[in-house]
Amino acid sequence: MTHTYLVPLLKILVLLNAVLVSVTFMTLLERKVIAWVQVRLGPMRVGPYGSLQPIADAIKLLLKEDITPVRADRFVFTLAPIVSMVPALIAFAVIPFDREATFFGYQVPLVIADVNVGLLYLVSITSIGVYGIILAGYASNSKFPLLSGLRASAQLISYEIAITMMLVSVVVMAGTLSMTGLVDAQYNARVWYVFVQPLAFVILFIGGLAETNRAPFDLPEAEQELTGGYHTEYSGMRFALFFLAEYANMIVVSGVAATLFFGGWLRPFPNVAALWILDYIPGWMWFLLKTFVFLYVFIWIRATLPRYRYDQLMRLGWKVLIPLAIANLVVTAVLKVLL
Amino acid sequence: MLESLVFYTLAALIIGFGVLVVTTRNPVHCVLCLVANFLCVAMIFVLLAAEFLAMIQILVYAGGIVVLYLFVVMLVNLRRPPDARMDGRRQTRFGFVLVALLLTEVSAILVYSAAHPSSLVAVAPQRPAVGNAETIGMLLYTDYLVPFELASMLLLVAMVGAIVLARKEA
Amino acid sequence: MSQFDTSELTLNMGPQHPSTHGVLRVVLRLDGERVVGCDIVIGYLHRGIEKLCEHRDWAQIVLITDRMDYVAAASNNLGYVETVEKLMSLEVPRRARYIRTILAELQRIASHCLWLGTHAMDLGAMTVFLYAFRERELVLDLFEEYCGARLTYNSMRIGGLPLDIPPGWGAKVRRFCDILETKVPEYEELLTHNRIWRDRTTGIGVIDGDDAVAIGLTGPALRGSGVPRDVRKDEPYAAYSEFEFSVPIGAAGDTYDRYLVRIEEFHQSIRIIRQALDGLPEGPILGKVPRLLKPPAGETYHAIESPKGELGYFIVSDGKAHTPYRFRVRPPSFCNLQALPRLVTGHLVSDVVALIGSIDIVLGEVDR
Repeated sequence: MTHTYLVPLLKILVLLNAVLVSVTFMTLLERKVIAWVQVRLGPMRVGPYGSLQPIADAIKLLLKEDITPVRADRFVFTLAPIVSMVPALIAFAVIPFDREATFFGYQVPLVIADVNVGLLYLVSITSIGVYGIILAGYASNSKFPLLSGLRASAQLISYEIAITMMLVSVVVMAGTLSMTGLVDAQYNARVWYVFVQPLAFVILFIGGLAETNRAPFDLPEAEQELTGGYHTEYSGMRFALFFLAEYANMIVVSGVAATLFFGGWLRPFPNVAALWILDYIPGWMWFLLKTFVFLYVFIWIRATLPRYRYDQLMRLGWKVLIPLAIANLVVTAVLKVLL
Repeated sequence: MLESLVFYTLAALIIGFGVLVVTTRNPVHCVLCLVANFLCVAMIFVLLAAEFLAMIQILVYAGGIVVLYLFVVMLVNLRRPPDARMDGRRQTRFGFVLVALLLTEVSAILVYSAAHPSSLVAVAPQRPAVGNAETIGMLLYTDYLVPFELASMLLLVAMVGAIVLARKEA
Repeated sequence: MSQFDTSELTLNMGPQHPSTHGVLRVVLRLDGERVVGCDIVIGYLHRGIEKLCEHRDWAQIVLITDRMDYVAAASNNLGYVETVEKLMSLEVPRRARYIRTILAELQRIASHCLWLGTHAMDLGAMTVFLYAFRERELVLDLFEEYCGARLTYNSMRIGGLPLDIPPGWGAKVRRFCDILETKVPEYEELLTHNRIWRDRTTGIGVIDGDDAVAIGLTGPALRGSGVPRDVRKDEPYAAYSEFEFSVPIGAAGDTYDRYLVRIEEFHQSIRIIRQALDGLPEGPILGKVPRLLKPPAGETYHAIESPKGELGYFIVSDGKAHTPYRFRVRPPSFCNLQALPRLVTGHLVSDVVALIGSIDIVLGEVDR
């Protein structure tokens, strides 16, 4: 009885807290990394080397005046940030941090819900996340944020197709939709899937950049300069929720990339016994390290690349990524049958 | 016991949201209630141990089709004209008659099946031996291959039609 | 789908805007996403400089010219003092001319650094902004050491310069040139062959040479369209006739070519500065200038190649007053801005920002 309810509840509590804290500190990470790339120091005043800056930001945002546009749809206006944030958070339910860890004598798998359609769950939750943007644009009761919101969601939907096809390529190779099953398949195949399907990883990463509205696909966010982005009317904590949702999505995409292509919690060369010394580092630490590397790459790309124009962005998604993704899927399927 | 509780809650939510879809004035709220409806239906699928179907329900219905509804609603900016009630084309009485007929039919079926329980026993949903996706895949590609291919042709035709319609006369 | 009733949408890029490089108002007329026309509203930074100068001494006006193109203030100074020297037929000592050339070329570098940083940032490449400003800071430090100011220098006098270069300044400028030579390839690495940058700039805002000349474009914007017009070569002033340098010319007349032209101008400016430092003659820095400046009655026009284009001054003196009778500036940014409606037509709204950056305007000059 305890096991069925208490353990998942505890896992949820721990994970939610961890995610919310890391999402808050990701703002600091981004500012620091971009600053160091740009020959600056970043936040330095609050706390040692600026490490308490996110706390100051959170306090500021919480204390800001909560402005709701007069003629906006109140219900939808309040709903939009929630609909943005919640899917980002519940996507963590299927991400496996390790196969098993021992806590107080209990062996617990470090994943909240190892459903046998875990990957499909992730994809469907991502498609729910699109609503946040559409509703935010609508709730602002103004032409330009609405169009901007619709455009941003069109971008998300387009790149979802390429991402889903890449996830399917990996599923074809592994033969299972469950996230832990995918890591096991990589263990059994003795190779990380990134070496077998490099194109799939690249397309997944690019699609992940577009899905999370990150540079070079962040025109909806930069659009504020021109026609008013979808979150123009938001202030204070609601505004923060949109960006925290973006960071949470980034962590999800990084976690998925780490799980699907880089072996999840497996150490490098998991089947090579000679590297037994690496076993001392627990699996979840490997997973977090890999996720962190991807997050760093996300931020690095933002600091480096210019941004795409909207039509170029859509052209890339539809005319380049989707044909490549289809080709990859077909070749994977054919080779899987033949070999 | 917990299952029944969850089931009845979900059923109430589904019916509630369904009613809201029809009765809400604001078209965007209608669509949002529809989404909530679909999400609850997906949860019922999970209850029936059909997780794959639940995820597909969310992915395709709630995440794809209703998003398109939302696009259309927002772009077309529907507003109910104030004299819609007076629209001469509305056949309210005929509508009531039809609904009454339908309800009679449904209750007749229910009463009949309650009075004559069928030989089929309701089985508690079990987790299939093979995963959901595999089972569906097997069925789709062996027993139901022709309908599957027809459905995909239909989708292809719809896609091509949409592209043709959307293209400007260049 | 022309049977749908669509009307033009008017979009206002207001005077307050992160990307218009100053207080510029651009009213776009859109057909869907495409720009069909654009009206420019300027004047938000008008300070009445030309009128102001009619009530200032010939020597005081140098201060005011700083404030026009505040990004490249020394060039403004240079244009003005040379015009008055032409009016008065004053002889400027050779050392002064060399130092003026060095200052002007340093200004070109500083101005192009700012242009590069803001242009790249408008298109999303934030890091180039910080890198370019790092180099601009070095130039500003050099100027601060020379004349004490970082932005508005008042660094030239009619007949020469107010100050001689401090000892060791030449070596610092040389070191700066060496540093810049390693940095410009860094900018190029980030942008020139970057697929996204090329997608955002090639084919955007194409204007061919004849149209450009007809509209009155000058400077890198004109040279990007293939017209080899550079005042430094065609009508040399200061000490330019004594130096060897080439003038980069573009081919396609699009934003990418204008970008390449200005990048190459970095290298050419370094070349000029080095030659000037090598051949810096000894001598006085101020020529024989009467105590009380009273140019003879007459009018003259003189132009220099400022970083933005051909900066011309038309000055009328009536020979009697101690102020000019008429002080008229031909600001390159003002004339270049007139090309904007031609450039943006047919492009998307996102390109407008790229094009404003590509023309490289400074509102202080446009509005005066």
